[in-house]
Amino acid sequence: MNIHPTTAGMTLAGILFVLGLISMLIRRNMIFMLLSVEIMLNAAGLAFIVASSHWSQPDGQVMFMFILAMAAAEVSVGLALILQLYHQLKSLDSDEASRMRG
Amino acid sequence: MGIAFYIAAAIAVFSTVMVITRFNIMHALLYLIVSLLSVAVIFYLYGAPYMAALEVIVYAGAIMVLIIFFVMMLNMGPESTRLEKQWLKPGMWLVPALFCCVLLIELVYLIAQNHTPVSGIEQVEPKAVGRSLFGPYILAVELSAMLLMAGIVGAYHLGRQKPKIAHRFFETKAS
Repeated sequence: MNIHPTTAGMTLAGILFVLGLISMLIRRNMIFMLLSVEIMLNAAGLAFIVASSHWSQPDGQVMFMFILAMAAAEVSVGLALILQLYHQLKSLDSDEASRMRG
Repeated sequence: MGIAFYIAAAIAVFSTVMVITRFNIMHALLYLIVSLLSVAVIFYLYGAPYMAALEVIVYAGAIMVLIIFFVMMLNMGPESTRLEKQWLKPGMWLVPALFCCVLLIELVYLIAQNHTPVSGIEQVEPKAVGRSLFGPYILAVELSAMLLMAGIVGAYHLGRQKPKIAHRFFETKAS
C-alpha cells in the first residue's frame, strides 16, 4: 500500500475531473453546470501541480496561475450570460435556451 | 503517500460528490468550498505552498463569493429546489454516469500502468515560479491580462439591463 505520489495525485485529479463531468452531464440547472466547470478546471490545475512536483520544474505552477485567471474571467462572463438568460426565460433550465430563435 | 494526503483526498472526493447530488444550490456551494480547501491542502503537500494560498484566496474566496452573491441576487426559494428534484431522475443520469465510470477505470489503469521509479516530492519555490513567470512566460502573462480585460468588458456588456425603447402603443396588456 505504498503508492507513488505522482500516481496518487493524478488519480485524485482524474476522479475529481470525472465527478465534474458527471455533474455537467446530469444537471440541467445552469448555475450547477457552471459549478461543474469549476470542479473540472480545479482538477486540471491539480494535475498541473502534481506534474510540476514530479519534474521539480516551475512550469506547472505557472500554468496553474493561468488556469486561475482563466477561471475568473470565465465565471464573470458566464454569470452575466446566465443573468441575461434568467431575465429572458424566467428559468434556469438549460433546455429552455435551446428553443431560442435568432 | 502519507496519511494526510489520503484524508484530504477522501474529503475532496466526498465533498465533490455531495456538490453534485445536492438539490439546494447554497448547500452545494458550501460543499464546493470544502472541496476547494481540501485541494489547497493537497497543493501544500505537493510542495506548492504559494499555489495553495492562491487557491484559497482566488477560488475559495473571490470566485465563490461572486457565485454566492449571484445566487442571492436571483433569490430562488423552495420552488426551485422542488423543480431540481423533479429534474434529477435516476433513469436520466444512470447511463452517462456509467460511461464516466468506465472512463475513470480506464484512466486509473493507464496511470497505474507505467510506474516511474520512486522519488520523493520535490519542493518548487515561489521564487522559481516568479522567475519563470516573468522570464520565458512574459507573453502568456500579457495575454492573460488581455483575457481578464475582455472578461471585465464582456461581463459589463452582458450584465447590463437594456432599457425598453418600444413605444407604449406596442406594449401588450399582459406585460
